[in-house]
Amino acid sequence: MSCCDLAGAYAEAHAHWRPVEGDPRARDYAAFATSLPDGTNRIELALEGVTCAACIPAVEGVAAGLPGVVRARLNVTDSRLLVEWQGAAEAIGGLIAMLEARGYAARPFDPRRRDAAEAAQMRQLVRALAVAGFASMNVMLLAISVWAGNVSDITPETRDLFHWIQAVIALPAAAYAGQTFYEGAFRGLRARRLTMDFPITLGIVLTLGMSVAETLRHAEHAYFDGAIMLVFFLLIGRVLDQAMRRRTRALAENLSALRGETAALLGADGTVQDVPLSAIAPGARVLVRPGERVAVDGVVEDGASDLDQSLVTGETRPQRVAPGDPVYAGALNAAGALTVRVTAAAQGTLLQEVERLMGAALARKSAALRLAEQATRLYVPIVHVAAALTALGWLFLSGWHAATINAVAVLLITCPCALGLAIPAVQVAASGALFREGVLLNAGDTLERLSGIDTIVFDKTGTLTLPEPVLADADRARLDPEMLALAARLALSSRHPMAGALSALAANREPVPGARESAGLGIEARIDGVICRLGSPRFCGAESMAQAALATDPDASVLCFRRGEAAPVVIPVRQHLRPDARETIETLRAAGYRIVILSGDHPGPVAAIAAALEVVDWQAERTPQDKIAAIEAMRVAGRRVLMVGDGINDAPALAAADVSLSPVTAAHVSQAAADALFLGRRLAPVVALLATGRRARQVMLENLWFSAAYNVVAIPLAAAGWLTPLIAALAMSGSSLVVSLNALRARARPRLPAPAIPKQMADAASAPLPLRPAPRTA
Amino acid sequence: MDVLVFLIPAALFLGVTGLVALLWSLRSGQFDDIDGAEHRALSDD
Repeated sequence: MSCCDLAGAYAEAHAHWRPVEGDPRARDYAAFATSLPDGTNRIELALEGVTCAACIPAVEGVAAGLPGVVRARLNVTDSRLLVEWQGAAEAIGGLIAMLEARGYAARPFDPRRRDAAEAAQMRQLVRALAVAGFASMNVMLLAISVWAGNVSDITPETRDLFHWIQAVIALPAAAYAGQTFYEGAFRGLRARRLTMDFPITLGIVLTLGMSVAETLRHAEHAYFDGAIMLVFFLLIGRVLDQAMRRRTRALAENLSALRGETAALLGADGTVQDVPLSAIAPGARVLVRPGERVAVDGVVEDGASDLDQSLVTGETRPQRVAPGDPVYAGALNAAGALTVRVTAAAQGTLLQEVERLMGAALARKSAALRLAEQATRLYVPIVHVAAALTALGWLFLSGWHAATINAVAVLLITCPCALGLAIPAVQVAASGALFREGVLLNAGDTLERLSGIDTIVFDKTGTLTLPEPVLADADRARLDPEMLALAARLALSSRHPMAGALSALAANREPVPGARESAGLGIEARIDGVICRLGSPRFCGAESMAQAALATDPDASVLCFRRGEAAPVVIPVRQHLRPDARETIETLRAAGYRIVILSGDHPGPVAAIAAALEVVDWQAERTPQDKIAAIEAMRVAGRRVLMVGDGINDAPALAAADVSLSPVTAAHVSQAAADALFLGRRLAPVVALLATGRRARQVMLENLWFSAAYNVVAIPLAAAGWLTPLIAALAMSGSSLVVSLNALRARARPRLPAPAIPKQMADAASAPLPLRPAPRTA
Repeated sequence: MDVLVFLIPAALFLGVTGLVALLWSLRSGQFDDIDGAEHRALSDD
């Protein structure tokens, strides 16, 4: 106690006061810039707060005002600002400060993180789509002329000419546009697997080859149109899928940049430079300022502070650290500036352990995926055998010409379009619907795995509660409104996370002029001639009051406010439930889901939250291993578990569950390895995810049944020789169209119906859960 | 049917022009920011 007081007194005596209005951080962002050959520098910034048309001139105007700027362009779709400028790289710190002054949070991207290969692949796909679209339109035009001519007065010479023109268009177009399928098939073959790409490739190549052969012998029909339309339709699906994924990832990357996956590297000469985590080596020294998250694992070298380790351990009570203490990535620094010697940066020791657990849990999850792959592996050979049998049969019956045509018709009609689209089309539609509700899907098969979920496990900190502390209404009622208004206005100038709880209440949004903030102490300003202070108990001379308040109210943290020489006021702030948590939990319970809370925090706060939400099953002080064990036990008992959790310590538990969902307000996005992420302050996305999952599953099943029925009808017809390859291609296109249109139904606004739960399930739901692992019998 | 000798090349030429125009607009980044483009069309400068 005395030691801390001494440290506090020392801090106050040597406090580095700085005016709040000035440049908030003169940092060096050079590590994020890339130099172009002609001497200009280029940097990409993720922006927060780009919401409207007026933002474009505002943001670009700010950037263009910077000396030496050559180009500044805001991409509204991705919320990114690209700046190219001549001159020193330091200029970018000023730009970020200016943008923040206008209300746009801005952070640079790590250029090493960007996946250029993926962007190139997307461009390639769109180009292929354009070529296939052009070719299929023109080939179709000529093909229709031939069909019309065949029943009227086309001359054989004109027909041959038309076929040759089709060949000239379709052959190079198919060769160019179909590359992604050919490569996929080839990759699969090299790995000794038959992928869905293989029958597609075989179908295209055979149809084109046969069409050329037919043209050479002046036949009435050629099938270039079928082949090129197949490529076109398949590419549409791939492009839509890729575009959705890319958009999701772009937003996730923005978030991770804005969450600050950077660290302030302390140079030997005392300079501070903001660098991406990938540029930090063990042994380096980084500065952690108040209100920042610790980005690395390390040992405190200098300074003392309180750390909120709730992301790492689940414990909400701040922990005091002093020189020599270890700190872990993800902890939130509250009061003082720390100098940390890095023991591990991007590949963290704690994170490594967490990743090891996660890898093990992931290996157990992929059963559903394996089943889907098996189905594909089974389906593809069946198609080929059917085609081969058709060819053989017709070879005996009438000759190689009919044999080829009918075999190709079988191949085309079963081309796994409908079947292949049945699930991805629903996924694209459903992920679009979820995107609107603020849910980002991380894993492709999340929706399929959502089926049959009957238990939802919630973490507490940052999941049921908001990640940042707020002032509770009950506490607010006890405080003097006038004092509170002053404190709230003062809090506007502070960057400290606890001040955020107050600043939201400020009625007067004008920050106090002349406010000064000191790391580790608080903020002070002269209001109406009286010095007002907001900050730590020590700073306001209120240690004993604060200690008394904490003794009666152990799960709160306190801020103090003092006006002149008046008695200081202790303001308790605490983590608050998400605004719609109660309704969401009620909806989920009404829909028949079993709700469980597993938290790493102390029993006190967990019990309070569980009581507020009327949740019976809750456990506190669970380590990550305990959580995994509990989830495994539930799964052994036949339950399917959705884990909703936040933070680094939950990652293994997230991986152990059947499906995982994570809020992205607090955790580092790249470390939140959940199947789906949700944005914002509301908990309702959990309901949206489950409702969309149910609906998507229903539509997927419909699609699968339709495709199966279609194949059962179409294969015998094609094998019997009643369908030409043209009709086969049309039927195939038609069936994919039906499947795609049906998939659009998954876009409907998700609503969770109260299901009629079967009696035994309702009984099972009320039975106690086996939260402990089942005893193993030898 | 001699007119086809002109009509088909003309149709193909128009189609290719459209394709080239699309590929050019893709390359020049006109599809990179679809949401922003609709706002930019309205701004004066």
